[in-house]
Amino acid sequence: MRSRVAITGMGIISAIGSTVEENFDALVSKRPGISFLENFSSRHASEIKVGEIKRTNEELQQLLGLPAENTFTRTSMLGAYAAAQAVKAAGIKDLNDVRAGLISSTSVGGMDFTEKHYRQYLNHPEFQKYIESHHAGDSSNKIAHYLGLKGFVSTISTACSSAANAIMLGAGMIEQGYLDRVVVGGTDALSKFTVNGFKTLMILSDADNMPFDQERKGLNLGEAAAYLVLESDEVVKRKKREVLAYVAGYGNANDAYHQTASSENGEGAYLAMKEAFEKAGIEPHEIGYVNAHGTATPNNDLSEGRALLRIFDKVPAFSSTKAFTGHTLAAAAAVEAVYSVLALQRGIVFPNLNFRRPMEEFNLIPQTEPVSKELKYVLSNSFGFGGNCSTLIFSKTGTHE
Amino acid sequence: MSKCYINGLGSVTVQDPVFDVFEAQSQPLQSLNKAQQPSYKDLIAPAMSRRMGKGVKMGIYAADKALSEAQMHELQAVIVGTGLGCIEDSEKFLEAIIENDEQFLTPTAFIQSTHNTVAAQIALRLGCKAYNFTYVNGASSFESALFDGFMQLRHFGKQNVLIGGVDEIAPYTFSMFEMVGKVKQGGEEINFKQPATRGIPLGEGAHFFALSNEKKESSYAEVCDVLLFNAFKEDEETAVKNFLQRSGLDFDAIDVVVFGVNADVWQQPFYNKVSTFFPKTAQAYYQHVSAGYDTASAYGLRLAAEILYRGQYPETVQYNEVRPQKLQNILLINQGGGTDFSFVLVKSC
Repeated sequence: MRSRVAITGMGIISAIGSTVEENFDALVSKRPGISFLENFSSRHASEIKVGEIKRTNEELQQLLGLPAENTFTRTSMLGAYAAAQAVKAAGIKDLNDVRAGLISSTSVGGMDFTEKHYRQYLNHPEFQKYIESHHAGDSSNKIAHYLGLKGFVSTISTACSSAANAIMLGAGMIEQGYLDRVVVGGTDALSKFTVNGFKTLMILSDADNMPFDQERKGLNLGEAAAYLVLESDEVVKRKKREVLAYVAGYGNANDAYHQTASSENGEGAYLAMKEAFEKAGIEPHEIGYVNAHGTATPNNDLSEGRALLRIFDKVPAFSSTKAFTGHTLAAAAAVEAVYSVLALQRGIVFPNLNFRRPMEEFNLIPQTEPVSKELKYVLSNSFGFGGNCSTLIFSKTGTHE
Repeated sequence: MSKCYINGLGSVTVQDPVFDVFEAQSQPLQSLNKAQQPSYKDLIAPAMSRRMGKGVKMGIYAADKALSEAQMHELQAVIVGTGLGCIEDSEKFLEAIIENDEQFLTPTAFIQSTHNTVAAQIALRLGCKAYNFTYVNGASSFESALFDGFMQLRHFGKQNVLIGGVDEIAPYTFSMFEMVGKVKQGGEEINFKQPATRGIPLGEGAHFFALSNEKKESSYAEVCDVLLFNAFKEDEETAVKNFLQRSGLDFDAIDVVVFGVNADVWQQPFYNKVSTFFPKTAQAYYQHVSAGYDTASAYGLRLAAEILYRGQYPETVQYNEVRPQKLQNILLINQGGGTDFSFVLVKSC
């Protein structure tokens, strides 16, 4: 029999807090983490706003207790920090006492260090130790090592939908009995590379981002790491775990429309949501809250809005939390998975900040104040470059089987 | 539970596009080995081809070959593994940022630098709206994609899945690898059997596989099991034994064991140790043909599939003196830099 997929621990570090509680407090107090860029110099520092974690790399090293000769990049440090929190929160003593795994995701990997030392490597051998930290898989191996994990380790990079796919793969492996326990999520640090990349695409906002608003000007990049611990029914029972929520359904589709833009009618998003409903065995009307991708770019919010209108007869309460955190790329879906689980656990719909006027194409109005509401199912969307569209459905109880 | 058959193959390698390992000796490797690019003009419009990254083109080409060989039309998944992704465009964009102090940048290189570009371009070309994943986990990037494809066929009701591994070389990345001894220095001896120096002969390439739950006359092999992990929980011998046991096999049941040896003296001890578990088994290697890169192990799978399909064991891939008595079960063992371990079991069909 297929196992259900229980979520038994969560960890997060984002622009609105270094713990799950801090993140929750910021969300319900409408306290965003959008600011000017401070951790590295950029010509664009005064023209853009970002969701930056106000801790230097040195502070993160200290926080993690890393030795001086370590080769952790910022991406790895954020990841290790959040993943260790998740493992601790689950109450795990020995991570390897069952078949355990780590499925992480990142889009920049070690680019934040590569771009800093790129031209110094030749004449400064002391920095060369970071050369091998560039590739994406290195961050996952570092996190696994930091956790003391020995088992399945893999990394997914499907741009801004990455962490949703990490969660999806982990859920599938638990269901089918390939793993008993898996830490899933994503990590991405801010970097000059992504700041300039998104800048050339002209989708960065110089002000606070405004998801689903007619006047939205683009996204604020952010940085974060978030991880969930998924465990099988058997482990939950044996270890007497407190289950926070369940991964009830998931869907993955490709928009197959354009390398960077979403289709007019949100086809990929629609297909991903449709598949997730089928997998969860529920009807759209059972969803109490949608944590939207809602990047606040003109293209995403229009496309996603259309997809929501297509799949739902009546669009449920929805919001994008990116006005709090910025768009944290490969980590975004894990950050929002943590928020979705919090919404379910505590019966609350989080507000969509900076919304003033509905888009003229349709009358979709996000939730703008925190509202208490009994929730059974929460849906979370994540879409990325390359047409990668993913949907996750979380449930409060595991009765979907 | 559905099975997983390899029904089509496609590759771009550092060898001549018509090179056949069963017929000829491969060209000897250097420290840097660029892929021999096939002609893309029948596949990709010239204007588009000029803009496209090398890895993307190699991926599209190999995918097309695999799909047409399998006569596969309806795909339910496109899954790609790549260690470094589109590193050429990453370098291009990063150098532009540095040289122009973050000014006058154009988005093309940035767009194409994203790790999932190959899988995305394949989906776009085929109009394939199905499941689409990209794995980026160093030396087990390809095995991650293979495992996912395997799982999709076995448990998620899919019939046809395209998986592949692709990596490209970029100039500055190569020079960084030189600085840290990750690649062979120019002129250094490249010895796969008794390496004496650090570093690998670096290569690039793409290998794609059309996987299906349907066995055909033309099926190459069946993928029976895939396992990847970062570190050994028990000793190496127990780990291999347990893996084989999952398929009801023991060491003796393996006809050929294929090692991802890469001529690096630092990475050799692992293979030396593992080879002692198979003293009477035919041992094969392949990176003297493919050269070394994160997803070179995809060529290892290709080789295993072809050995099983043709029922031949080419001398040029023999790592020890043992000739196999039959060609039924092949085990592939790989790692990268002392982590990213993988075991893949394939059998004839």
